[in-house]
Amino acid sequence: MPKFDYRKIDNVQKDVLQEVGNIGAGHAATALSQMIQGKINMEIPTARLIRIENISDIVGGPDVIVTGILITLQGEVEGMMMFIMDEASTEQLIELILKSYNMIATDDKELRDSTIKESGNIIAGSYLNALSHLLNKRIEPSIPYLSVDMAGAILSVPAIEFGKVSDDALIIETKFWKDQNGVTGYFILIPTLESYDKILTTLGL
Amino acid sequence: MENVILVGMADLNVCESPDAIKTLALGSCVGIVLYEPYQKVAGMAHIMLPDSTQIRNSDNHAKFADTGIESLINTMKDKFNIDKRRLRAKIAGGAQMFNFGTKNEMLRIGDRNIEATKRNLALHNIPLICEDVGDNYGRTITFYPDTSELHIMSHGRPSKII
Repeated sequence: MPKFDYRKIDNVQKDVLQEVGNIGAGHAATALSQMIQGKINMEIPTARLIRIENISDIVGGPDVIVTGILITLQGEVEGMMMFIMDEASTEQLIELILKSYNMIATDDKELRDSTIKESGNIIAGSYLNALSHLLNKRIEPSIPYLSVDMAGAILSVPAIEFGKVSDDALIIETKFWKDQNGVTGYFILIPTLESYDKILTTLGL
Repeated sequence: MENVILVGMADLNVCESPDAIKTLALGSCVGIVLYEPYQKVAGMAHIMLPDSTQIRNSDNHAKFADTGIESLINTMKDKFNIDKRRLRAKIAGGAQMFNFGTKNEMLRIGDRNIEATKRNLALHNIPLICEDVGDNYGRTITFYPDTSELHIMSHGRPSKII
């Protein structure tokens, strides 16, 4: 039985989790910046408790079409990591990546899909690497899985995982964006309840 | 003036003709419609998990296939005084949103939701008239008790009526 009850999360725990998100997302944003050779801005991460039925409010409602890249985490920290963007941002990001690698714009769906998947891989990899170092815990990410669909349908996947133990989910969410190019997206870290325990214990709480 | 009653995730509600009832963006969740074609009334549940008995924290009945169906029947009895023997069902959803392969049990939740839904409908002797389940895409569904039609909309696919 995990002793951390995230329904009773206090401010110190919240601050620590936000700092965890900050370190992870900072590295992820840097990786993304390098990939597109341009500056990526990022908001201060928030660790927040959300009713599972409202999970798609993160991105503006259940029927908003989004690109979701999901990576499952195993090892000493378990859970899911998601990288979510709306349709326009996805298209824009693909253009920026292709351009920075001197590739010509393409309509080839397979190439576009693998571009966005690979960016998800690099971004999540940076996030998780930073996390793994900070916590000195082994984290084994899966390959990236891609889905372009309604936000509610995509986010039902983590919502269901949380639904097994609670009516709420605690997520560590970071919004990032790129000036002028209209790319906006989210990194979302969703550790399991047991992993929250480990993270907080490791960091002395 | 007809209204469209919205059902959220882990939620259920009922409606009568000419109103319609709708739920957005079913992923691995299953949308369960129970309807009584003579009274032209219907109920819809948007369930997330197969079985309430395997979960500790389970005060929301609409979250599970077993308690969701039971609670939907009871709500329809209370509200419309339906005869349970006349109920029919249509279901949609239960997709696998990410192509994980099959070895991971937790990620096969869509299939398990579908199985549990069918098992519980059978337990209540409610015939399943039609279904649009599985695959790997999300579904927004609207049911019209007036015609017993279930309209299914998905991203980048033609809409369907079952």
